[in-house]
Amino acid sequence: MASFLGTQINPKRFHRSQLKFYLILVPIGLFMLLPVLYVVLQAFKPLSELFLFPPRFFVTNPTLENFARLFRTASGTGVPMTRYLFNSIIITVTTIGLTLIITLATGYALSKKRFKAKNTLFKINQTALMFVATAVAIPRYLVVSSLGLTNTFFAHIIPYLAMPVGLFLVKQFIDQVPDELIEAAKIDGANDWHIITKIVGPLVKPALATVAILSFQMIWNSTESSNIYVIDETKKTFAFYMTTLTSSTSGPAGVGISAAAGLVMFLPNLLIFIIMQGNVMDTMSHSGIK
Amino acid sequence: MAFEGLKKMKLLHPETKQKVMEHIRRLESDKVSTTLLLAPYVILFSLFIVIPVIVAMLLSFTYFNVIETPRLADLYGLYNYIMIITQDEVFLRYVLPNTLKYAIITGPGGYLLSFIMAWMLSQIQATPRKFLALALYTPSMLGGVFVSVIFRTLFSGDKSGYINSLFLNWGLISTPLDFLQSGDYLMNIMIFVTLWSSMGIGFLSMLAGILNVNKETYEAAYIDGIKNRLQEIFYITIPSMKPQMLFGAVMAIVGAFNAGGIGVALSGSNPTPQYAGQLIVNHIDDYGFIRYEMGYAAALSVILLLIILFFSRVAYALFGERD
Repeated sequence: MASFLGTQINPKRFHRSQLKFYLILVPIGLFMLLPVLYVVLQAFKPLSELFLFPPRFFVTNPTLENFARLFRTASGTGVPMTRYLFNSIIITVTTIGLTLIITLATGYALSKKRFKAKNTLFKINQTALMFVATAVAIPRYLVVSSLGLTNTFFAHIIPYLAMPVGLFLVKQFIDQVPDELIEAAKIDGANDWHIITKIVGPLVKPALATVAILSFQMIWNSTESSNIYVIDETKKTFAFYMTTLTSSTSGPAGVGISAAAGLVMFLPNLLIFIIMQGNVMDTMSHSGIK
Repeated sequence: MAFEGLKKMKLLHPETKQKVMEHIRRLESDKVSTTLLLAPYVILFSLFIVIPVIVAMLLSFTYFNVIETPRLADLYGLYNYIMIITQDEVFLRYVLPNTLKYAIITGPGGYLLSFIMAWMLSQIQATPRKFLALALYTPSMLGGVFVSVIFRTLFSGDKSGYINSLFLNWGLISTPLDFLQSGDYLMNIMIFVTLWSSMGIGFLSMLAGILNVNKETYEAAYIDGIKNRLQEIFYITIPSMKPQMLFGAVMAIVGAFNAGGIGVALSGSNPTPQYAGQLIVNHIDDYGFIRYEMGYAAALSVILLLIILFFSRVAYALFGERD
């Protein structure tokens, strides 16, 4: 029967015909991970193995030496590495928290409220999906400096709070919440604050988780604000510190330290994504642009 | 105002009148609430997205060196644009061709790759799919800094570099290649790295889109005479998930242009060796933050935004729903 051949999207059990996909996907998956794995292994190699020729992929005598040295290192101006890490954690947590609040509030208003500019606002936001911040780095710098934000912690946070992709995803998700539910709550005397915190917020958790991940990836990995907006070395971020590590320290010793730093940067990314993978896929079902 | 009229309606029963007034009060407070909900986003969005774009457009017609106040550029303000098109040899010989090559390969290429991978993933069971999707997604979440650490290590220019040592070992080369500093390979490595990390949020969106296509649509199509999987993709899968295809396309375009700093990150210098990896984004930084010719840099930004806009228009024309 020909008709059964085609309907194998999301199959429940294994069938021989799936084998060819595994034969392609598994090698590609491994290929994608190999470079990452290589650098992760570098982080555990002692100096003698980093110097080795020909270089070896696997580590024979794993050591935490590189991590110990990373945590002892300080920048040229004497700022310890832990300070950068601390800055990054504070900045990332604050930014994610504020982004979630702002995005949820705006998404709710865009989805469930009636006002004149509603459609225009949504269209503008949709156009801004293709906004590439680096293209207008200079005017953004002018805005940041005329607001007096340069060289403050806020320069790492405030320019990144409005996130068109985040608003788009949350709004699409809130569209799935039935209007009747909100009407019923209103009749029971709930105001917008109650509706957002008690009804809409909990129902759109997957979208919020996705926004949190995207915001995390953007902020945690970003060097832009440290490069352009902030002069004070003590206020810069860990990602920035890593770029100075990789460009100033060359040779095997530098390779070991930057590999260790890379791993410290990468692990939170990976963990957060793994924990929330299901939520992300839920959100993505409603991500289409119509 | 209509409300004034309502107040004058003495004929109304007091109780009805009270109800009407109550309703109006609720509407008014709802307006205030809506404004409060929207205000933070709208303000931040205007400040950091809308205003920068407008400022870039305005500055592009001026001469501005950060110290003096901007003044209208020569030739009715078009000086910067005319210079870019006629005099900027680096732009015309390297930056523009590089940007177009890079964007055309990594944008549509990364997009196609994402779609093919997402489609193949949809053909296997849920549990292995979860792990394989994670493996494909991982490179995109690393961020520019870690990506450059990885590839600077792998493509290191001496014989202890991993790729060099593999090639030496296989007898492909006799002396180590200077991958990142010589300019001969930089562009290809940039394209490779960007494609490698191109399966991001757009990929996840398309995967979800494919998984959500109604199974009955497929069955109906087979009864109507569709014969193989290729026909299935073009006649059923893609048309049923156009919104996700469009989202994926926009994300691919943005990703390609956002990753523009990769050449400088890999080679460690701006300009890149022999301008081999010089893209518009680097050219803007070069003029803006190194030479402080802000008006000129702004004109370059406007050109970049127009290129991005053009690519997205193509995507909308392909997958957008026509009204």
